[in-house]
Amino acid sequence: MEQNGVMLRVEDYNLHYGDFQALSDVCVDIPKHHITAVIGPSGCGKSTFLRSFNRMNDLIPNVSVDGKIYMDGENLFDVDVVELRKQIGMVFQRPNPFPKTIYDNVAYGPRMHGLRDKHVLDEIVETSLRKAALWDEVKDDLKKSGLALSGGQQQRLCIARALAVEPDVILMDEPASALDPISTLRIEELIRELKENYTIVIVTHNMQQAARVSDFTAFFNMNEERAGYLVEFGETSQIFTRPQEKITEDYITGRFG
Amino acid sequence: MTSIDAVSTAIQDQEITFPASLRKRKIQQRIAFGLIWLGGLAAVAMLVWIVGYVMSQGLPVIDLEFLTTRPAGGVSGEGGMSTTIVTTLYLVALTVAIATPLGVGSAIYLVEYAGESQLESPLVRRIVRIARSGVEILAGVPSIIFGLFGFALFVSALKLKFSLLSAGLSGACMILPVIIRTTEEALLAVPRSYREASLGLGATKWQTIVNVIIPAALPGIVTGIVLSVGRIVAETAIFWVTLGGSYRLPRNLLSAGRSMALHVYSLASETRAFDKAMGTAAILIITIVVLNLTINILSRRLTARSQGR
Repeated sequence: MEQNGVMLRVEDYNLHYGDFQALSDVCVDIPKHHITAVIGPSGCGKSTFLRSFNRMNDLIPNVSVDGKIYMDGENLFDVDVVELRKQIGMVFQRPNPFPKTIYDNVAYGPRMHGLRDKHVLDEIVETSLRKAALWDEVKDDLKKSGLALSGGQQQRLCIARALAVEPDVILMDEPASALDPISTLRIEELIRELKENYTIVIVTHNMQQAARVSDFTAFFNMNEERAGYLVEFGETSQIFTRPQEKITEDYITGRFG
Repeated sequence: MTSIDAVSTAIQDQEITFPASLRKRKIQQRIAFGLIWLGGLAAVAMLVWIVGYVMSQGLPVIDLEFLTTRPAGGVSGEGGMSTTIVTTLYLVALTVAIATPLGVGSAIYLVEYAGESQLESPLVRRIVRIARSGVEILAGVPSIIFGLFGFALFVSALKLKFSLLSAGLSGACMILPVIIRTTEEALLAVPRSYREASLGLGATKWQTIVNVIIPAALPGIVTGIVLSVGRIVAETAIFWVTLGGSYRLPRNLLSAGRSMALHVYSLASETRAFDKAMGTAAILIITIVVLNLTINILSRRLTARSQGR
């Protein structure tokens, strides 16, 4: 992969919760404007890995990291975390709209970054909701509470909210695991549309989902000897048809995990 | 044939009878519901009885003159209660204005910042622990202790005399733990996912607190304020030794005064006008109800506007 196609470069990354090691010596390049799926059995550290990119792990006491993660040649751990999170947005496992109106949910990020102009905000709200494929359903109800929407709509609202601050990267932590199958398909469709303009990293438990939406796949595992580590990384088609490692094949075919 | 097979055939051969009959279980439920219902009824009945008694004794005394003239003083208990209504409202406003920012601020610190104190020095951690247990203890201190403290500090040492200010400061000390505790509970009940969502968008911690956490916790914070207002309106002991007992209208923060509860107390204990004590008590109850309703409606409006319902 060419150098300029890399969005995020992870080098020798280790993470500890107190004495417990969660990730060990992870090295991987996340390609720009593609969708990278992170898969692996429960407890292998994939969510922790995802939360490393916007440093959400900082919120947990006693977390220590070493190694480096570069974005545009700059180490994430040297950047101001508030600025970093503007560039790297996140969509969480359970839809978590604020108890505010649909409009205020989407406008929240831009407002926090100092935007006050009503016309500009209106425009951002509309564009973000359109990008998240929610505009047509809510355009007449922008003053309604975000919590009044269905689960799938709430998750798309959360995606719109993340898009509104114009991030370069969007992290998704099992974004469809709390949704019904139809909402799930809509979210997946949306994720595929978004990769035009965004680099997306998605953690998923669902093999079919990883195969359906992603371009690249990173498979994580853990065992008694080693904390969460990257087993292999490659194009999704390759990982799912010709994995290099026996354990990857075992996992993908459902023999464990 | 193994033993498990034997058991399963035995089960197939004869239907299992579950010993408790449906009828019996339904009767259990009915008895339990009946007891719960009785408990609720008893509580409500007690309340209705007390309020009803005070109202039936008090309302006949109340007329426009009673409400608009000030107490005349003396053992006869002549006069109305106008100044005590105004004093009570002043006192409530002053106390809440002093205690709310302090209490809400302390709670925010304890919930949102003190958790991070493991990053700080052992001294800070120690102070936080002491502050926490301090709040717990203060919540259980009888009000007269706050009164004596207020008398010693505000009335005497700081030379504020018997005054609205002395009473407001002492009252604020009394309701501070209530506000801190209820605000803490309310903040802790705000889901972590709201904080993560806000921080994940690049909002600072302070922006998250002001724009997401406090609005979400507002109903709980208001509950604390309503409880406090109730205590201030109802309190006598603490104001007996800090507010004085003057039945004149307070002109400024340093004027002495007499709240409704104090007026009820002095009418009942020092005069012959027991009926007027009842009348004042009735107005006292009405005031509490009106204040609570007002605060609740205001907070519901505020929440509704921010949440778009």
